[in-house]
Amino acid sequence: MRAGRSIARTFTLVVSVCTTLIFTAAIGYSYHRSRVALEKEVATNVANLVQGSIHRVETTLRAIAKATEGVARALETGHPANRSLHALLKATLLDNGEIHGFGAAFDPDPVLDPPVPTVPYFFRRDGRLIFAPEDSYEYLGQDWYQIPKELGALAWSEPYLDRASGGTLMTSCSVPIFVGTGEERKVRGVVMADVSLEGLTDLVESIRVLRTGYSVLLSRNGTFLTHPDRDLVMNETIFGLAESLDRPELRDLGKKMVRGGSEFLAYTTIGGVSSRMYYAPVPSTGWTLVVIFPEAELYADVHSLTLVVTVIALAGILLLTGAVHGIARAVTAPLGALATATEEIAAGNFDAGLPPVGTRDEVGQLTLAFAAMTSALRDYIRDLTETTAAKERIQSELKVATDIQASLLPRLFPAFPDRPEFDIFATMDPAKEVGGDFYDFFFVNPTNLCFLVADVADKGVPAALYMMVAKTLLKAEGQRLGEPDQILACVNTILAADNDSCMFTTVFCAILDTESGEVRFANAGHNRPVLISDSTARLLPVRTGFVLGPMADVVYTTERMMLRPGDVLFLYTDGITEATNRTDELYGEKRLLKALQTVADMELVEMLAAIRAEVVRHADGAPQSDDVTMIAIKYRGMPNADR
Amino acid sequence: MRSANTAKNLSHRCALWTSLAALLILFLALTGLAGAEEPLRKARLMPLWSPQAQFAGYYMALDKGIYARHGIDMTILEGGPGRSAVRSLTSGEADFAVLWLATALQQHDTGLKLVNLAQIIQRSSLLLIARKASGIARPEDLQGKKVSLWDGELSLPVLAFLDMYRLRVQRIPQSYTVNLFLRGGIDATSAMWYNEYHTILNTGIDPDELQVFALHEHGVTFPEDGLYTLEHAYRGDPAFARVVARASLEGWRYAFAHPEETLTVVLDRMRRAGVPASRAHQRWMLERMRDLTRMDSGTLTDDDAGRLHPSAYLDAAAILRDHGVIREIPDHTTFTGGDDARR
Repeated sequence: MRAGRSIARTFTLVVSVCTTLIFTAAIGYSYHRSRVALEKEVATNVANLVQGSIHRVETTLRAIAKATEGVARALETGHPANRSLHALLKATLLDNGEIHGFGAAFDPDPVLDPPVPTVPYFFRRDGRLIFAPEDSYEYLGQDWYQIPKELGALAWSEPYLDRASGGTLMTSCSVPIFVGTGEERKVRGVVMADVSLEGLTDLVESIRVLRTGYSVLLSRNGTFLTHPDRDLVMNETIFGLAESLDRPELRDLGKKMVRGGSEFLAYTTIGGVSSRMYYAPVPSTGWTLVVIFPEAELYADVHSLTLVVTVIALAGILLLTGAVHGIARAVTAPLGALATATEEIAAGNFDAGLPPVGTRDEVGQLTLAFAAMTSALRDYIRDLTETTAAKERIQSELKVATDIQASLLPRLFPAFPDRPEFDIFATMDPAKEVGGDFYDFFFVNPTNLCFLVADVADKGVPAALYMMVAKTLLKAEGQRLGEPDQILACVNTILAADNDSCMFTTVFCAILDTESGEVRFANAGHNRPVLISDSTARLLPVRTGFVLGPMADVVYTTERMMLRPGDVLFLYTDGITEATNRTDELYGEKRLLKALQTVADMELVEMLAAIRAEVVRHADGAPQSDDVTMIAIKYRGMPNADR
Repeated sequence: MRSANTAKNLSHRCALWTSLAALLILFLALTGLAGAEEPLRKARLMPLWSPQAQFAGYYMALDKGIYARHGIDMTILEGGPGRSAVRSLTSGEADFAVLWLATALQQHDTGLKLVNLAQIIQRSSLLLIARKASGIARPEDLQGKKVSLWDGELSLPVLAFLDMYRLRVQRIPQSYTVNLFLRGGIDATSAMWYNEYHTILNTGIDPDELQVFALHEHGVTFPEDGLYTLEHAYRGDPAFARVVARASLEGWRYAFAHPEETLTVVLDRMRRAGVPASRAHQRWMLERMRDLTRMDSGTLTDDDAGRLHPSAYLDAAAILRDHGVIREIPDHTTFTGGDDARR
């Protein structure tokens, strides 16, 4: 189950983390782009708004300037009498509703009467024009008179609070009146129009950007003409504020403003609110219109939009995570159950139930395949158990058969301790549990020892059974007949009689006359025996003869030879000469003869052991394919013959 | 029994007398206390100009009860354009006035005898300011230039300066603002260090853009604001006049020791008077007043501060005499109140 949870968890984690990253990147980018786009748009809008307002202000100011200029130019042509001057001023004031008061002042001149003339001045009050002449000459040192005079050009005065009209914010447009031309041209007087700024300040204060944005109007000197903080209006300049707040950057900003700059910039208000600011000049008067609005409001829509998108994204991610987790669990849970069941099956419990197959997907197919495999495994194991039981039974029976077969062959050596005239020794190593080879030796009568070696074709149980029959027959007939040719002929006849399986055996049968050393022998298709005489080993030239079993009425011939004392007769089966090594090279008769020659003087037991070792060495690990049987007889001669 | 009665009567009489004596003592004590608490004496002060930190000391002396503590019920009148401090003295509107030394000497010469009770501004605060961009770097560069000057005696130190360098300039009458200079209508403007100089700075012009000639650095050390009263009024009660001067100087010391509190009081007065009130500007003015009164100077004792020093007096008077403003220099002792001064 742990593996199943792990896959589900990993899968869910990867999917949710990736989704979160994608959403974060997308939302972040969208937020950034929106901010940039919004800022750009708002900057344009604010600039348009401010420029629009400035345009309206400018239109009014220019109209006033034009009217004032008109009067000034009119007064340059000739010297108007007081009466016509008054009429001109009055008419102009009547025509220009934006002008609050209108007057004209002249430089003192001894030619004039009086030398310092009275300043005619009209102003509005409650829809009527009031004549309020100024008869002091203080105007000579006042801005509205001095500045246009000294500059020789139209000038808008710094706004001031007019006490006469109850503290109204006013400004004056003054235009110099010239006399003469060229070098002689000089200022003779000034025409002045007082303008109330109430309408203008109302206009500026009505400029609202976003929710709490506000506007500020600065004079040419940087004095606040409008500001939400009334204490600043006409009291403080932006530079004084910068000094009070110890904000040098505000002073620098103010300098750019009063020098007629225009800019959209980030600004932190006195209250510490991150804001945006736009300012632009009012060209006629050198004033600056400033609009300030909080950054938070600028981005409020983007923020709320981003917040909503983020919430939707989070909900989506949660939903997706849940769904992914559910699917992952649905996939991995049966896998986990399958794994548990498989573990139990692996432990040997084939009856352990597999999880039910609910779907036809890969997991379902896997479960079905597991079920099929379990069923096949169960059958196979049952078969294997039965087979193994049968094999074990056969094994045990074969073991018994081996014992029986071994017990049939004479295994007690020395076999005839009371017969010094000869030694005999034999070994048989079956290739399987039971072999087809056999040997035997027995006395036919007190002086004739019959010894034989045989090799049943085929190996295993059938060969062993055949060997049993052959051996029994050979011993029985040998003891009855006492001549090799007769023994073989007789046994052949008996074997051939009921030989349905067409089995056969080769036999070399010999009888030693212990007194004379004469050996009579007959061969039924067996390997030629080796005679070791005077330390020389050679194959005996014997007739091959026909094997026992396949065919009845075969005639065998008895041959004869003499063993001298010390001679050894070595009989063997093809298990020796046809022993192969890993390269399928036969051991062969040559090697056998050579080996026998080197061990010629040994006792028989050692000789056979040496040959067996030689053959094993030749095989070099290759499995023994045939029974290996050897029998050696050494003739010593009769002890009393020496006497 | 009779003797007993007599004794009884005697004891009654004693008690009565004792009570009467106690009442008498109580009455005397009460009247004695009342006698010690003299009624505050009314006085009116006319400053030289509209409310601003130039007169902070008087406002603080009033606001912090320093005048009252000295037995003065002070009223500070509102000065400003068209409200001459000298005229307020002659008309009897004011008992005391803040005047320039030059004004007081000029009035003295015309027969209006004034007594200097205290000298507040110890040296000239006048500056001539030009733009460096106009190429004016030395006083000589002002030759033939347009220079604005105030009317009357306020122009005297400047004229003395111009004479010193033998400069002939185009005199332009100077208004209450520096706008003509700011617009470039003139080459140089007169300015008070504590007022117009800072006004110019606070229209966005940096100090390093300006060429400033401080008159006192060119030998024109002309004491300015002082506290004055009419001589005949002074002779009537010199002690009271001295008390007013002492209380005023105490007010100044308080103002310099508590600048922010003082600014609040000054700005409040300015607002009530309807004149533009910039805290930054008034702070500058108060700080410069401290420099000009030398009340922060470690080398001068408090006794020196507030006193019209004879040498500075004589220098200033000589300038006035040389320019024909006055015919002869009044005796310093007489001018500052005679032998009974500074008691």
